[in-house]
Amino acid sequence: MNRPELVCPAGTPAMLRAAADAGADAIYCGFQNATNARNFAGLNFTPNQLQDAVAYAHARGAKVLLAINSFATAGRYDLWQEAADCGAACGVDAFIVADIGVAAYIAERHAGRRLHLSVQAAASSPEAINFYCREFGVRRAVLPRILTLAEIHQLKTEIDCEIETFIFGNHGLMVEGRCSLTNYAVGISTNMDGACSPASEVHYDRNTAGVVTARLGSHVIDRFAPTEQAGYPTICKGRYCTSPRDEPYYAFEEPISLNLMEMLPALIGAGVDALKIEGRQRSRAYVSSVVTSFRRAIDAVVAGRKPELVDLVALTEGQKQTQGAFATKKWR
Amino acid sequence: MPPKLTLGPILFHWDADTKRDFYARIAEESPIDTVYLGEVVCSKRAPFFERYLPDIVERLERGGKTAVFSTLSEVMLPRERKMTTELCAQADRMIEVNNAAGLGAVYGRPHRIGPMMNVYNERTMAHLAARGARHIALPPELPRTVAAEMAGNARQIGVALEVQVFGRIPLALSARCFHARAHGRSKDECQFVCENDPDGLTLTTLGGDRMLAINGIQTLSYGYLNLAAEIEDMLALGIGHFRLSPHRTDMIAVATIFADRLAGRSDGPTAMQALGALGIGPFVNGFWHGLAGHLYRDQRVGTGLA
Repeated sequence: MNRPELVCPAGTPAMLRAAADAGADAIYCGFQNATNARNFAGLNFTPNQLQDAVAYAHARGAKVLLAINSFATAGRYDLWQEAADCGAACGVDAFIVADIGVAAYIAERHAGRRLHLSVQAAASSPEAINFYCREFGVRRAVLPRILTLAEIHQLKTEIDCEIETFIFGNHGLMVEGRCSLTNYAVGISTNMDGACSPASEVHYDRNTAGVVTARLGSHVIDRFAPTEQAGYPTICKGRYCTSPRDEPYYAFEEPISLNLMEMLPALIGAGVDALKIEGRQRSRAYVSSVVTSFRRAIDAVVAGRKPELVDLVALTEGQKQTQGAFATKKWR
Repeated sequence: MPPKLTLGPILFHWDADTKRDFYARIAEESPIDTVYLGEVVCSKRAPFFERYLPDIVERLERGGKTAVFSTLSEVMLPRERKMTTELCAQADRMIEVNNAAGLGAVYGRPHRIGPMMNVYNERTMAHLAARGARHIALPPELPRTVAAEMAGNARQIGVALEVQVFGRIPLALSARCFHARAHGRSKDECQFVCENDPDGLTLTTLGGDRMLAINGIQTLSYGYLNLAAEIEDMLALGIGHFRLSPHRTDMIAVATIFADRLAGRSDGPTAMQALGALGIGPFVNGFWHGLAGHLYRDQRVGTGLA
């Protein structure tokens, strides 16, 4: 049985050290600007921090993957180019990219450095993935969270590179890299600015009855009774009214997290090369707990033992978990 | 080359007879230059209209229109892969590629790149152009400042640029069908319930604002994009193709209003008034002005209006 890489998030240098210490095989991170898809205040790395992080990770046998996975925008393309050059100088092991222009630049200027295709590229077929492999020498594709396990198994036999799938964390409902909902609501683009539902646009207010209204910009995304826990207002996790329904409902998805702990044997059996944990915007404690649990579980599966299933529900969004699209076509 | 008015693919699930009648009128009565045909949202819908296509293409071409075939935006299932590669393999047809799954099959042959292909910068444009792309539809969220940069580069390498100027804005795609979900069904058992909503199903926030419109696996803006007042500016930048996205409103009237603008026969306020009289809206243009997409910025007063 192959031993897949456990790929873990780091929003800060402290998180990166925690992930490396907890047994991550690879850690992904980004710079403090629009070049990556988690461009949030207080997150991400300066060039000096990245250099130190690479040294720390390498000393513990872990790789560092640099996410430059937003879409370079005409007029400020230099920003993405500089991020790639800086990452190469820091000695990162691979670049995670989505934009064709960025991939072309790295393939030409930093030939030989590994390129991973970000989930933001939305490549969900062998034809799409193989296009990126042929054009840029992409070595690994991160799959959108829309395929069933059987479909992943089949896909693996038809592509020219490794595959990485998400196993834990935020459960994105929209095809990544093809969503302008935040920009429509508040004028900040996920693709161009690297932020979905930025905290600067999030507002909560509580009325005298204790009902909490959560807004993104001027838009009410959800409303919570005093007995409910108020969730973060993301458009695709909000409650809306529509004519076929009598009551407000989660039109896209309820606040819920992906957790594929129980599917690990099947995923590894399907030949998945890398297993990814989402959550660069989460805490160091989150990374420590989740990485430690998945490290043990993966090692058990690879050794042919039954993995001990750890309860991670407290670390999930809305304290609810799902196997999402991976388990059944009914999810669609 | 004079500016061209284009009609984007029908994004919604209209029944085959409605589509056939619609395209017959477009062929015979509209000032549209280019018509994009084909199902771009849901592969399950495609078979209904397939048998009418040859006749429609003939009528459009007889009416002096250029027919372009658009590929699916999301390609995942075997039937979606087959649809995409078979369409892209038709060497005698001009193809608009909406998913990277189609790029291999049109490689080296003149083709168009659709608005879902995320061409945000000159390097991406140059890479695709070197492999046969001759015409690129920009993502609808691109602001004027970025479009201006793109237009300068496009001119140098001989690529035509297209921008959507009318209709609800595609904002997101999913593997899940939100129409089926609204009716408590899954995608496989949808019973084509999206047919009930020929312009999309409105989602209203708990604050009472009509915000979005769902269309199967696609989410659109509730507001109708309307760049009728920005036409001179776009022409000056070098944008050459102007896309109207089909709705159930009188599209012949919409096309005539925009054709008059492109030909300099009417001004922005006149066009806005005529479009307003069609009873659709609200109109939005925020993306073009670098604002939240749901806003409308009135050129004459220069303020953002919600």
